[in-house]
Amino acid sequence: MPKVLITGSACQRFTGGRSELEVSATTFRRLVLELEQRFPGLGKQVEEGMAVAIDGEIFQDAYSATFGPDSEVVLIPKIGGG
Amino acid sequence: MNYIPSDLKVVGTRPIRPDGVEKVTGRAQFGADMRVAGMIWGKVLRSPHAHAKILSIDTSKAEKLPGVRAVVTSKDLPHIANEEAFVGEGPMNFRDLSRNCLAWDKALYEGHAIAAVAANSQAIADAAIALIDVKYEVLPYVIDVEDAMADNAPILHEDLFTAGVEPKPTKPSNIAKKVVFRKGDPDAGFKDADVIVEGRYTTQPVHQAYIEPHACVCSYNSDGQVTIYSSSQGHFMVRAYCAKLLGLNISNIRAVAMEIGGGFGGKTLVYLEPVAIALSKKSGRPVKMQMTRDEVFRASGPTSGATIEVKLGAKKDGTIVAAQEILKYQAGAFPGSPIGPGCMCGFAMYDIPNVDVVGYDVVSNRPKVAAYRAPGAPISSWAVECAVDDLARKLGVDPIALREQNGARNGTKTHYGPTHQNIGFLATLEAAKNHAHWKAPLKPGQGRGIACGFWFNIGGESSAGCHIAEDGTVVAVSGNPDIGGSRASIGMMVAEVLGVPAEKVRTIIPDTSSIGFSFLTGGSRVTFATGMAATQAAERVVEDLKRRAAQIWEIPVEAVEWKDGQAVPAGSNAGAFEPLDIAAIATKAGRTGGPIGAEVSLNAQGAGPGFGVHIVDVEVDHETGAVKILRYTAIQDVGKAIHPSYVEGQIQGGAAQGIGWALNEEYIYDKNGKMDNAGFLDYRVPVASDMPMIEAVMVEIPNPRHPFGARGVGEVPIIPPMAAIGNAIRSATGLRMHDLPMSPPKVRAALDAVAPKMAAE
Amino acid sequence: MSKHHVSATINGESVEFLCETQQTLLDTLRDEIGLTGSKEGCASGDCGACSVIVDGKLMCSCLILACEMDGSTITTIEGIAQGDHLHPIQQKFLEHAALQCGFCTPGLIVASKALLDENPNPTEEEARYWLAGNLCRCTGYDKVIRAVMDAASVMRGEKAA
Repeated sequence: MPKVLITGSACQRFTGGRSELEVSATTFRRLVLELEQRFPGLGKQVEEGMAVAIDGEIFQDAYSATFGPDSEVVLIPKIGGG
Repeated sequence: MNYIPSDLKVVGTRPIRPDGVEKVTGRAQFGADMRVAGMIWGKVLRSPHAHAKILSIDTSKAEKLPGVRAVVTSKDLPHIANEEAFVGEGPMNFRDLSRNCLAWDKALYEGHAIAAVAANSQAIADAAIALIDVKYEVLPYVIDVEDAMADNAPILHEDLFTAGVEPKPTKPSNIAKKVVFRKGDPDAGFKDADVIVEGRYTTQPVHQAYIEPHACVCSYNSDGQVTIYSSSQGHFMVRAYCAKLLGLNISNIRAVAMEIGGGFGGKTLVYLEPVAIALSKKSGRPVKMQMTRDEVFRASGPTSGATIEVKLGAKKDGTIVAAQEILKYQAGAFPGSPIGPGCMCGFAMYDIPNVDVVGYDVVSNRPKVAAYRAPGAPISSWAVECAVDDLARKLGVDPIALREQNGARNGTKTHYGPTHQNIGFLATLEAAKNHAHWKAPLKPGQGRGIACGFWFNIGGESSAGCHIAEDGTVVAVSGNPDIGGSRASIGMMVAEVLGVPAEKVRTIIPDTSSIGFSFLTGGSRVTFATGMAATQAAERVVEDLKRRAAQIWEIPVEAVEWKDGQAVPAGSNAGAFEPLDIAAIATKAGRTGGPIGAEVSLNAQGAGPGFGVHIVDVEVDHETGAVKILRYTAIQDVGKAIHPSYVEGQIQGGAAQGIGWALNEEYIYDKNGKMDNAGFLDYRVPVASDMPMIEAVMVEIPNPRHPFGARGVGEVPIIPPMAAIGNAIRSATGLRMHDLPMSPPKVRAALDAVAPKMAAE
Repeated sequence: MSKHHVSATINGESVEFLCETQQTLLDTLRDEIGLTGSKEGCASGDCGACSVIVDGKLMCSCLILACEMDGSTITTIEGIAQGDHLHPIQQKFLEHAALQCGFCTPGLIVASKALLDENPNPTEEEARYWLAGNLCRCTGYDKVIRAVMDAASVMRGEKAA
C-alpha cells in the first residue's frame, strides 16, 4: 500500500501528530477523499493548501496524478513565488 | 514533443524582443499612462498611526468640496466572512485582502488605507483627502518580530490564535502559525558531531522597489460590467481578486494587462483596483489611481524582517550530520509571511540525515508583506550559507569542497519530503570551482566569499496560442504579463516549432476576455508553463498545416512532413510536390477548412528546481565601513536558455537586488512606528556606480519535463548574494556580520568592536 | 486661479500649453501635452525616470515647474529617434537587451544621450557615475553600461551601427 508522508505540522494536527500513513488510494483525488474520511478536515487542508510529491516529483494540483503500491508520496505546503 | 537534443535554429539565439522598439521610444503604455474619456482622479487617505482603533470616519466635508464626485470607505465593499480561496499565489485570505485595501475597525500600520475619494483633478482629490475627519484611538504598536511574539506584546487581531500548536490556544496571539519540518534524529545527530557551529542572524524588511508605482484606471458601467487597466503580475489575478472583493461575476470584468514597470512579487496582489472600482461605481465615471513613491513604501508589502538561529554539526571528515534552524518571520499586518518556503529552502541544497526546522509566522504593525523574488528563501540562506562558511573554516576545508561533499544530487531526499531529480547543483559548484574568478589572486585587504541558493520554481495553469495570418506570418498570444522578456522567449519557441525566423512571430498579451485563464507571472513559471502551452499550440498548428498540405496535394496526411517551415512530401513515393511554406498554405486556408490557429490551456507539472552559486570579491573601507563590490560572478543552472540575454538579465538583476539587500536596503522606523526613509534617497537601492559588471554563467542541465529543457531562472539569483558578501567581508576583515544590511554604520561598529582587541594584540 | 500660458520648443516643435503654478513639467508633459514617455517613479528627483534635457542640460522634469519653461527647448524620450530611425543609443539598448520591464528605459536613454553629448568618449566609470541618477531595478546595470559604451563607439564613427 502506498505510504504517505506528511511533513510540516499543518496536517499533523488532524492526524494527532502522526506523520506517516498507509493509504489504499492510488490517485491524488482518491487520496484527498480517503484522508478526509479518516481525518475530517485533513482532506480539505490537503486539497487547498498542499502540493504532493510522488516519487520525488512535485505536483501542485493534479487530481489524476497516480502512484503505485511502492510509491513514496509526500505532502508539502503549496509553493508560490515572487 | 521533445526538442532537447535537436539542432535548434531560433531557441538559444538573441533576437531583438518584439516589444523592444516601443519601450525604447517611450510609446509602451504602463499603468499610469492610460487615459480614458471622462476619467477622474482618485486618492487614498492613509493612517498616520502604526496601530489604532478607528472610532469614526466623517467624510461630509470632503463630499462637499467642489469637484469631488465620490468618497468610499470599507462600508462600500461587501463584508467578507472569514474565508480562504486559492485563486492567486498560494492561499489568499480575501477578508484580509479586503481590509488591507480599506480598513475595517482598525488601522494596523502607518499607511493603512482608511478611505478614498475621486475628483475632477488630482489636486482636488488630494485636497479632499485632507477634509476627511477620522477619529482614532491610538494603540501601542509592535514592529520587531521577537517583540511581537512576546507575551505582553500589543495584539493586532483578537481573533487570531496560533495554528500548528497543540493544544489549541485560547488566548489571541500575534503568532499566526508555527511550522515544523523534521528528518531523522537531530538530537542524536548533534551528539554524534565532532564540530558544531551556531549563529543568530537578523534581517530587516526590504521592499521590491520596482521603479513603477502601482497604478490603474477602472471603469464601472451601470450594468455591472467593469474594465480594469492596470499593471500587475497577473491580470487574471486582478480580475479574480476584484470580483471577490466587489462581489461581482468574474465574467463581468475585463482586465487589460498594461506594461508593468517591475514587480518581483510585489504586484501579485491588488491594492488600488478594488478601491478604484468602488469609486467608479459611486461616481459613474472611470477613475484613475496611482500611488506616490511614499505610498508604495508605506502601504505596499515589502518582504519580512526576520531572526534566524542556525546550527550545524559535522564530523571531522566534513560530513554534515545535523542541521537546525529556527526562523521567525514578520508577516506585517495580516498573516502570510513566506515562512514555509523559508523553512524548506535553507537546507535544500544539502544531503543531511538529521534536520530540524521550526518557523513562526508573526503579525506586526507594518504593511502586509508581499512576495519578493523567491519569498522566504533569501532570508533563510543568509543564515545557513554564513554558517556553512564558518563550518568550512572550523574544519579547515575549502568552502566549495565542503558543499560538493554534502551537496544534493539526483536521488537526495530533502528534509521537507520530496526527492531531488534532474538537478544541477553539483554542476554549478564545478563551474564555480573552475571559474577564473575563483582562482584570481586577491590583493591585501580584499576578501572573497561564496554562497549558494535553491528555489523550487513552479508550473501551474497557463494559456497560450498561435494564429496564422493570411500572409503566413504568425501571431502568438500569451496569457501572462511580460515582466522580463517572456514575449521574446514565447515567440522564439513558437518560431522554432513552426520552423520560421523569430521576426515572423509577434507575441502579444490579450486581455482576460480574449484568452484562456493563466495563473499569474511569478514563481519563475512563465517560460516553463506558458512556454509549454505555446509550444503545444504551435505543434497543433503544424499538424493542421500538414493536413492542409495533404488536402492541397491530395495525399494522405501521413505522407506529409514538416521541415524548416515547409510542408514536404515524406518520400519520393508521396509525390513530386514542391514544398509549401506557411504563406502558401495560409492563402488557401479558407478552402481547406478555415482559419489556422490553436490555443492550449494546461496545468504544467514537472517544473525543475534551480540552484545558484555566487562568488564575490569585496574591499572594506575601514574608515567609513563602506563595502565595495570589486567582482561578481553568478553561476546558475538554467536548464536551457531560450533567449540567453534575458536569462543573463534575470541573473544579473536578481544579484543586484541581493546586493542591495546585503549592503544598504532596510525599512527604518521612528519611535512612533512610522517609516523614516520612504523614498529612494534614503531607501538606498544599488545605483550604476555601486556595481561592477556581473558575470552570469549559465550551466545548462536540461529539465526533461519541458519541451526545450527550460527551468525557471528569475528567483534563484536573489538568494546567494547576502551570504556571499557576508562571507567576503569575513574573508577581508575577519568579521562575521550577523545583521542585515551590512551598511557602513554597522560595519564600522563591528570594526570598532574588535579594534581595541586587535590593538592589544 | 488663472493658469499660465507657456510657449516652449519640445522635441523640435513649437508647443503651447496651459498649466497651474504648482504643476511640474513632468505632470504637464504627461497630463496636458500627452507625452507619457517620461515616467513618474518618485516625484522627488531620486530615480531619474522623468529625465529630460532642458536647454542642453539633463534634468528631472519632476523637479521643474512647467510655468518656468516659457521660451525653453526641451527634449524628451519621444524626441530621441528621428522619424522611424532609432538613435544609436536606442538601437544598442535593444541589441544588448539593456531593458527588462522598460520603465526606467526612457530616462536612461535621455540621460545617456546627455552624457554622450557632453563626453563622447566616457570610461566605464564615468558612464556609471553619470547614470547613477537613473535607478534600474531589473538589470543590475551590466547590459545598460555595455549598450551605452557600444553606442558611444558607433557615434564616434569607430564602428558601423
